[in-house]
Amino acid sequence: MTLVLEQLLNGVQLGVMLFLLAAGLTLVFGIMGVINLAHGSLYMVGAYAAALAAKLTGSFLLAIPAGLAAAALTGMAVEYLVIRHLYARDHLDQVLATFGLILFFNQSIILLFGRQPLFVQIPPFLSGAIDLGLFPYPIYRLCIIAAGLLSAVALYFLIQRTRLGMLVRAGATHREMVQALGVDIRLLYTIVFGLGALLAGFAGLMAGPLLSVQVGMGEQILIMTFVVVVIGGLGSVAGAFWGALLVGLVDTSLRAFLPQIMRGFMAGSEADALASGISAMGVYLLMALVLLIKPKGLFPGHA
Amino acid sequence: MKTMRMMAVAAAAFCAAGAAQAQEPLKIGMITTLSGPGGYLGQDIRDAFQLAIDMHGGKLGGVPVQVIVEDDGLKPGQGKQISEKFMKTDKVKLLTGIVFSNVALAVVPDVLEDGGIYVSPNAGPSNLAGKECHANYYVVSWQNDSLHESAGSNANNLGYKKAFILAPNYPAGKDALEGFKRAFKGEVIGEVFTKLDQNDFAAEIAQIRAAKPDFIFQFHPGGAGIAFLRQYQQAGLLDTVPMVVPSPSMDAVTLKAIGEAAVGVNVSAQWNSDFDNAANKAFVEAWKKKYNDRPITYYASQGYDTALAIGAALKGTGGKVDDAKAFRTAMLKADFASVRGNFKFGNNQHPVQDWYSMKVVKGADGAPIIKTNGKISSNTGDFYAKDCKL
Repeated sequence: MTLVLEQLLNGVQLGVMLFLLAAGLTLVFGIMGVINLAHGSLYMVGAYAAALAAKLTGSFLLAIPAGLAAAALTGMAVEYLVIRHLYARDHLDQVLATFGLILFFNQSIILLFGRQPLFVQIPPFLSGAIDLGLFPYPIYRLCIIAAGLLSAVALYFLIQRTRLGMLVRAGATHREMVQALGVDIRLLYTIVFGLGALLAGFAGLMAGPLLSVQVGMGEQILIMTFVVVVIGGLGSVAGAFWGALLVGLVDTSLRAFLPQIMRGFMAGSEADALASGISAMGVYLLMALVLLIKPKGLFPGHA
Repeated sequence: MKTMRMMAVAAAAFCAAGAAQAQEPLKIGMITTLSGPGGYLGQDIRDAFQLAIDMHGGKLGGVPVQVIVEDDGLKPGQGKQISEKFMKTDKVKLLTGIVFSNVALAVVPDVLEDGGIYVSPNAGPSNLAGKECHANYYVVSWQNDSLHESAGSNANNLGYKKAFILAPNYPAGKDALEGFKRAFKGEVIGEVFTKLDQNDFAAEIAQIRAAKPDFIFQFHPGGAGIAFLRQYQQAGLLDTVPMVVPSPSMDAVTLKAIGEAAVGVNVSAQWNSDFDNAANKAFVEAWKKKYNDRPITYYASQGYDTALAIGAALKGTGGKVDDAKAFRTAMLKADFASVRGNFKFGNNQHPVQDWYSMKVVKGADGAPIIKTNGKISSNTGDFYAKDCKL
């Protein structure tokens, strides 16, 4: 039973990380209609900037603003220089251009940092595990869960309760009308893109001490992020949240429990091989299932 | 008319100059993984291969060579495209470089079918070591299973009884668990296949904690291994459940990333930077001179040995690769000083070599190092050699 609880916590932790990435991706798609494959690169930029700042200053707390700023600024620059020219183009052009950006960012990072993964130390006050009564759990992972949930709440308030959020919502549903009312839609787009990049960078800098900071780290998580966005419903931040938690929990539970279940009625190593195959497909099967029942996702953004 | 004659003379002169020029360098095609979490593996193989060439004045076995390198990105399809380009467009006959077994399995059979020669500096999948062995396929590193058999024997020697074992779900991962179980005499209480591109192991680590094994064996090459070790340490398990790993899970780069926390991890390998033989000393010194800031991994040692092995074969054939039979005769002599000491080819053209037990300890300057403790086995071939009818 404690194992189940621990695994659920692991699932939530994966879920909030996916949410931070999916929120930006879904906002950019919902509002600007752009498919941004390079979203994972912004995650990587956040992780590298934070790793660099942590190395130079020796402080993880200083690394946080560094990672956020680098990701947001890179995001806005990318919007200004590249994405801006793609709004009127079709999705294939957008996919091609943003795929090009992935190559560009990966090569740039190789030139700057080399191919060997970087290492970020967990700050001493966050390292180690805390006893939750039933089982010990790494403090750092708990912090990720807390930070992710807080970001979700903050994003909710930003979008539902502020003027900027109102423009974002309006821009998503009635783009021309917003423009006609004299809102600088270009600036709005740049800000939204920057916001998405900021969230991706936040995920990246938190992932740094947990995973290894390396070239291509963005692409690994990007595919899962797309699954989240599709399950949640394109353009919906609430959908991204619930979709991310669902994907996180399903992926973790399959990996954690399927082998034992399969071992109940199969030989050991065959069960493991089959279980790992199925759990690798799990979230994609989930996506197919959701699309079958609700083709627009669980929380469709707008008509 | 006069100009015409002048031009003809000039053209003739050019031709003569071309002929008089040194022999055209022999092209060697290197398909390797340079991007993604496994990117440093291919980089080390590539750079050490080139280092061996540079140390011999741009030559291998007295023959000028040129290495053309392309990144497979750990994608079997991409590896295949590159090999086709190398063989058809660049007319390369001699190929090497592949790090990951899934890429090797997609590329090598076709290369051999098209009359090419392939010399592996890393991947040694079981599928190509037994019945499917081939006269023009050589492995300089190891057959996958033997790497992990060495870890199994190491665990026996250390007196461990209950194992929890993990490896990624791809050909080399399956070889890893098979190999480990073949040699390990105790009980395997848990067996998990992870995903090849996985980098968060929280779910698996929770399972390990619940299973309470004596030790774990895990095979995760490259960035994934670094992530695994760090998360394992963060979960507080590194102190309570020790680790017995083959060298891909604890290479010099991994060690640098993990730092002091890695002290106590048991490693087994066919090579270590502290080996006391002349060839290794020359290699380590040359590497340090050229790549001062980069730790020297066992991938580098394999890239270097592969270059030397190819050099020995080229010396025997006078630089020709067209006659695969002559190349084979020369290659199988393995007439080179391997940085790992003992080295010869078995009947399936995979290595017969010694395996060593190592441990991560604190070095003289406080930084952790991998220290060789002793031999696990001598002159060890591999399990599949008996099925090979060469």
